[in-house]
Amino acid sequence: MTTEGNNRSRVLLAGLVAVAAILLGKLFYIQIIDDKYKINASNNSMVYDIIYPTRGIIYDRNGKIIVSNKVTYDILVTPREVTPFDTLLLASVLETSPDFIRDKMAEYSRNKKKIGYQSMVMLKQIKPETYMKFAEIQYNFPGFRGQVRSIRDYPVNAGGNLLGYVSEVDQKYIDAHPGEYRPGDYAGKTGIEAAREKDLRGEKGYHIYLRNSRNQIERRYKDGEMDKEAVPGHDIVTTIDADLQQYGQELMRNKVGSLVAIEPKTGEILSLVSSPGVDVNMLADISQHYNEIIKDPHKPMFNRAVQAPYPPGSVFKLVNGLIGLQEGTLNMDMAYPCYQGYHFGSHKLGCHNHWSPLRLEEAIMMSCNGFFCYVLRNILENKKYKNIDEALDKWNEYVQSFGFGHKLGSDFPSELGGTLPTSKLYNKRYGKGGWKFTTIISISIGQGEVGVTPLQIANLAAIMANRGWYKIPHIVKASEGVEIDPKYNERQYTMVDTTNFKKVINGMWRAVNNGPGTGCTAWVAEVKGLDICGKTGTAQNPRGADNSVFICFAPKDDPKIAVAAYVENAGFGATWAAPIASLLIEKYLNGDISRPDLETRVMQGDLMSRVKTYN
Amino acid sequence: MGNFSDRGVKQSIDWKLVISYLLLIIIGWVNIYASIHSSEPSSIFDFNFRSGKQFVWILTALALALLILFAINPRFWESSAIPLYLFVLVLLVVVIFVSKDVKGSHSWFEFGPVKFQPAEISKITTSLLLATFMSQTNYRITRLKDFMMTALIIAIPMLVILAESETGSALVYVGFLFVMYREGFSGWWIFSIIAAILLFILTLTASPYVSLLTLLGLIAISGAIGSGQIDHLFWINLGSLLLMSLLPLILRKTVAPESFLAGIKPMYILLGVCVIAIVSLLIKGYRDRKRHLSLSALGLIAGIALVFSTDFIFNNILQDHQRKRIEVLLGMKEDPSGVGYNVNQSMIAIGSGGFKGKGFLGGTQTTFGFVPEQSTDFIFCTVGEEWGFIGCLVVILLYVFMIWRIVVDAEKSREAFTRIYGYCVASCIFMHLFINIGMTIGLMPVIGIPLPLLSYGGSSLWAFTVLIFIFIALYRQEKKYY
Repeated sequence: MTTEGNNRSRVLLAGLVAVAAILLGKLFYIQIIDDKYKINASNNSMVYDIIYPTRGIIYDRNGKIIVSNKVTYDILVTPREVTPFDTLLLASVLETSPDFIRDKMAEYSRNKKKIGYQSMVMLKQIKPETYMKFAEIQYNFPGFRGQVRSIRDYPVNAGGNLLGYVSEVDQKYIDAHPGEYRPGDYAGKTGIEAAREKDLRGEKGYHIYLRNSRNQIERRYKDGEMDKEAVPGHDIVTTIDADLQQYGQELMRNKVGSLVAIEPKTGEILSLVSSPGVDVNMLADISQHYNEIIKDPHKPMFNRAVQAPYPPGSVFKLVNGLIGLQEGTLNMDMAYPCYQGYHFGSHKLGCHNHWSPLRLEEAIMMSCNGFFCYVLRNILENKKYKNIDEALDKWNEYVQSFGFGHKLGSDFPSELGGTLPTSKLYNKRYGKGGWKFTTIISISIGQGEVGVTPLQIANLAAIMANRGWYKIPHIVKASEGVEIDPKYNERQYTMVDTTNFKKVINGMWRAVNNGPGTGCTAWVAEVKGLDICGKTGTAQNPRGADNSVFICFAPKDDPKIAVAAYVENAGFGATWAAPIASLLIEKYLNGDISRPDLETRVMQGDLMSRVKTYN
Repeated sequence: MGNFSDRGVKQSIDWKLVISYLLLIIIGWVNIYASIHSSEPSSIFDFNFRSGKQFVWILTALALALLILFAINPRFWESSAIPLYLFVLVLLVVVIFVSKDVKGSHSWFEFGPVKFQPAEISKITTSLLLATFMSQTNYRITRLKDFMMTALIIAIPMLVILAESETGSALVYVGFLFVMYREGFSGWWIFSIIAAILLFILTLTASPYVSLLTLLGLIAISGAIGSGQIDHLFWINLGSLLLMSLLPLILRKTVAPESFLAGIKPMYILLGVCVIAIVSLLIKGYRDRKRHLSLSALGLIAGIALVFSTDFIFNNILQDHQRKRIEVLLGMKEDPSGVGYNVNQSMIAIGSGGFKGKGFLGGTQTTFGFVPEQSTDFIFCTVGEEWGFIGCLVVILLYVFMIWRIVVDAEKSREAFTRIYGYCVASCIFMHLFINIGMTIGLMPVIGIPLPLLSYGGSSLWAFTVLIFIFIALYRQEKKYY
């Protein structure tokens, strides 16, 4: 055993020596023979030049470019490599002040521990012409170099809130998306840019260069073998009609509110205006204008179309009427009296002057408040239900099926869901049994605890157009390399039958097309041949004059467009919202405007002074 | 204990081993400092940095070493090998369920700031149990029952560690094959295992065709070794192998693509040859009563099975990140997602060191943070970059000296327990050395495994200290009493 063992131990030791020889051989090869790895022979080292991908282009539904890219340059500094230099020359070439450069260098010097050998971005978005001048004298300034960066370009003014902006990521954003971003990267923060950030951004790449001891780039490391090319972002085709969007913005100029148009059959958002908005000229370099935007008392960054919970006002009567029909507590032959309102006890919910009594169709045409108080009372006092709690929760369920009271689930970021009362809410507020129909009477006319976004009432218009269903409103179309959630292709049915919709739609048609003097509320919106169906709303605004609301769709048969206009503090629904929505429809369906006087009145109307601001 | 004199201590402890141990931990400490060293100098003792923490690990490791040398009766290790082994096995299993996911592996216990990996100490307990079991007087590794027990002692912790996704640590257990070889296990088995690994890699990098050719070549060589002579059969084998290797080329040149002969794939012909070889080996082996020929036939069958299952293993059994690493290591694919980044950066760091290196703290690749995990698994990069080939040579020679010394001491010891345990220690250090350095210079896949005594980390340093000093204590006891 011992001799045999010794033999075997010799074999093992020979193996040990052989393996050590292999390791040393390979080390000898990479350290001494092969100079592929010897980049530091004269203190050279590698420079990683990050190649930023071009961001995807955003198209409108007709193939028109609404957001593209243009080239600028960033000036980078590696403070460790900077030698004393001519500050004045550099400042004049870069078109900045010598103090700016001195301040920056002092700042880097203070943070040198943190910076180490990293490069810092000193100047951003330099014009190509300026960069060319710098490039000529760059050799005088070791440690400084330029880096190509493409920024957003906006050939069409399609609205800052809709498009959203792209800006440099901050630490919070980096932490929220682990592993995806590094300081200096850009990301879409709002609007479509944020909604489709993953498609638009593409993938970063890098080129590796070798640098000699005089800080000059010598050559590509391994002839570019280890480089990674940037992958450009996917282009996005939106559902927006750029011309319509632009026209909508002009209509809403100097008004506070929102204008949303949807193609009813598809749920595609044709335009989404929030006014006042951020000008696209500010978007490309939003950080420059950020303070200005934040200080604006009208809050242009606030996207009212998807985030403002407004009372819907009388347009909500459509929903209550439909629920009444479906529940059987209302039919076409029922007539209710209204003498300037609905009287209960010593109170009354007021209404305007009109003949009485009315049936449903006329009540919609003339927007009678009293009639709809009876409608909701019948719904809530339905003997079918144990008590008003149950009836109200059933009502809530109905209204939810119209897309209210919860987020619609559109692909537009930061959408809000609005509010809708439940029995729980009232029990909490008034105590169990402490409330009855008259306590909550204001929800019959879309006031009180009902809060909806303009997108949601535009969706209501689409539901009316489709006679009972909608597709979730969305802003991005499927295109090559870009998929959309299949839910956007599914019909969402309301709990009300199509036959009931047909009855109500007659009222909507008459509200627009019955001619002035017949009591119809929205004759101003009529366009011959377009068969617009609409409903006005005048919603109370605790901060000043009433809000003007109008929803409509056209044509009555085979609708092509559904619109909601919501103008804050603009008064009666027919004064501002109805003409705005009607002009938008005419523009979309006919291409030109037959009522230039009305157009001029709307465009020149300035309601900003009526709006109370928060500051 | 305690009845030792100064003279006794000096004479009985293997000081050369202790000194090489001390040199390695100091080299490690200095290089950890260099690897985390930034432009703003900090003290090597600064506890905010890894070098300062490593200093504490070193002091505690030395205390452990003293404890093992002077306070624990070396008999303890033999008598408690079984409970220790079982206890660590329980820890190994428990850690899978309670640990956090660290880069896909579940192997760390965490107690606040203190982290500890049971896979590290399982090397020690496995070595102790192997030594205890294999040193029994009636132990014969050639006996199936004893062999199976030995294999189980090694395989159980190895499989549990594999389940923790610690491929590197599991691979270390392959080293116990050397111990088995030393204790009489057939060299043919070692040969077969190495051949299997070779075939696996060839199938992936070249093609199953090349792999089968190699297999036939290996069978021919082993046949020649087995029969103890290079006879005419060997030359026939070699000739037909050459013909087969040229076959694809010949077919392509001579057969018109539209002819029905084009349907004949070289692979089918080669498989036909394999079948003929198997049949003739079996017949010849049976007729001439030559066992090695029958075994060759079995080996050939097993080899063919391996080659064709390799593709399956590679695509279905290996995890995604392991597959990627192997692909990059074998140069099978371009590296779109940057898996080869670590290896490439580490080779740049080492390669740029040249002959003399850039000097202490002079490294740019390692101190700029190009190399990931540079103070733990990639510590050898710092050695290579700052101390050059000379530094690498010194470090590797120190390890070789240490392993050599342990093997020589083991051979000198009279007790089988000490000898076998010594071989276990040497094998563990050897496997770590080969896998870790092999990884940093692109010879091995990137599987995280520390470089013994050099890498940052308490758990690894303590484990190797205990591993080595138990051997030193065992050896010292022998010298003292005999």
